[in-house]
Amino acid sequence: MSVNVSVNEPAVKAAAENAAGANTENKEWRPRIVAFCCNWCSYAGADLAGSSRLSYPADVKIIRVPCSCRVNPMFILKAFERGADGVILCGCHPGDCHYSTGNYYTRRRMALLFSMLDYIGVERGRTRVEWVSAAEGARFSAVMNDFVAKITELGENVKVGDLRCKK
Amino acid sequence: MQKVSEKVIARARELMHDGTVSKVVGWKAGEFFYDCEPNVFETEESLKDLVYNRFCGANLSKYMIKNSIASGGEGAGKVLVLLKPCDTYSFNQLLTEHRIDRENVYILGVGCEGMCDIDRIRERGFKGITGVLEADSGNELVITTLYGEGKVNIDDVLLNKCDSCKGKAHKIYDELISDNEDEGPRGDRFEGVRELEAMSPEQRFAFWQAELSKCIRCNACRNACPACSCRKCVFDNNASGIASKANTDSFEEKMFHIIRAFHVAGRCTDCGECTRVCPQGIPLHLFNRKYIKDINDFYGEYAAGEEAGQRGPLISFTEQDIEPGHAVVKGGN
Ligand code: SF4
Ligand code: SF4
Ligand code: FES
Repeated sequence: MSVNVSVNEPAVKAAAENAAGANTENKEWRPRIVAFCCNWCSYAGADLAGSSRLSYPADVKIIRVPCSCRVNPMFILKAFERGADGVILCGCHPGDCHYSTGNYYTRRRMALLFSMLDYIGVERGRTRVEWVSAAEGARFSAVMNDFVAKITELGENVKVGDLRCKK
Repeated sequence: MQKVSEKVIARARELMHDGTVSKVVGWKAGEFFYDCEPNVFETEESLKDLVYNRFCGANLSKYMIKNSIASGGEGAGKVLVLLKPCDTYSFNQLLTEHRIDRENVYILGVGCEGMCDIDRIRERGFKGITGVLEADSGNELVITTLYGEGKVNIDDVLLNKCDSCKGKAHKIYDELISDNEDEGPRGDRFEGVRELEAMSPEQRFAFWQAELSKCIRCNACRNACPACSCRKCVFDNNASGIASKANTDSFEEKMFHIIRAFHVAGRCTDCGECTRVCPQGIPLHLFNRKYIKDINDFYGEYAAGEEAGQRGPLISFTEQDIEPGHAVVKGGN
């Protein structure tokens, strides 16, 4: 497991760029969505969704993390700065974190970070935390479908990357 | 203020003279009378430059990291630090984070009746200002200028941070020189946050874009902040992936303010130094106070630095904590 905290992690970059690329190829606007999924639960939940032939939109780019607590708030800022329209973070249900308490810290951090993002203009619907276990393949697919629908409804995000470029 | 000021200076001299302390961390006049800057006085002689007046807004707590840890040892005296009531919160927070060696510090709590902002005095039309004096009575200051004298109401020319003073009580001290009764906090410090919350997301984005576009990345807000005391800051760490000065990665340039504010969330004492030192007049306190307000709303009232040794809200949790989805709704309204 890498302990080097870096928002230049290839995965974060690639997911955002991937989402950006997919966006220009199609004329029709598609939301760019980054999903951080905990290895022990939601990522396995995504696998289960796949092997159960349950679909979720291709707009969701998944980044696997060892625990929801691994998600440095800067990862989320990075995703938005690179043009994400929505960011979702999935972890084990409270009480079930593989490392006992990681997700409790995640819950506090994200409560504050998402509220701050809303405060700078990234509407509340564009950020979400969901607890999805490895056994909840169907729930994983439902959550992703719902999130994509919500972001599609909200439309394009403000250009967070332009936060310091006054027009 | 005048009386307290004289007493403070005399007492600092005394403590240095009798060997209780070997250094004094205080303020000295800068190039202009309103430029009082932090200074470390190491000799009795140098103390002639010590001042304490309406322009001593600077919070000296952060200087105690270096000065308390470097001194001490056999025979060496303590270091005297002058702290205003609001500064003591920062001092406590640094104690909580084990950044100050309390044993080596002698705290002289100094009374404060509000610090002035020279720009607010200028905004009231004074040109060629040569001095600011206490009026004999009432809540007024006499402004002397090259063109004559005028008076201002003190409340109109205070620093932004003093508009919502935390109260006149020192939270930690060894000795106190103060004439003030503690009247509790002044004003509603969350008013500005509420105004922003009431706007639409587009308006909020436009507001911050206009404010943050003014930033010249001088880093003064970070450097002055007593909560920003890491030995190696992420913004200076080439390996962090966000240090744009070294990496030419624009991420740090764009997200600097949010990253800075998040780093001090739960530890920020709302000392107001960031807003005070910003040369561009960016209301950085609106970020910090948003976090403070949210923390109060979500997890119960918490004042960083109220006491040393508190457990901060971001390094603790309860099983019943609010879910982020609900929290955003609650925080936003
Ligand atoms: S963020 Fe600003 S108000 Fe908060 S402790 Fe730092 S300098 Fe003081
Ligand atoms: S003090 Fe003001 S101008 Fe300087 S980096 Fe901070 S926000 Fe930007
Ligand atoms: S291991 Fe899944 S949230 Fe901690």
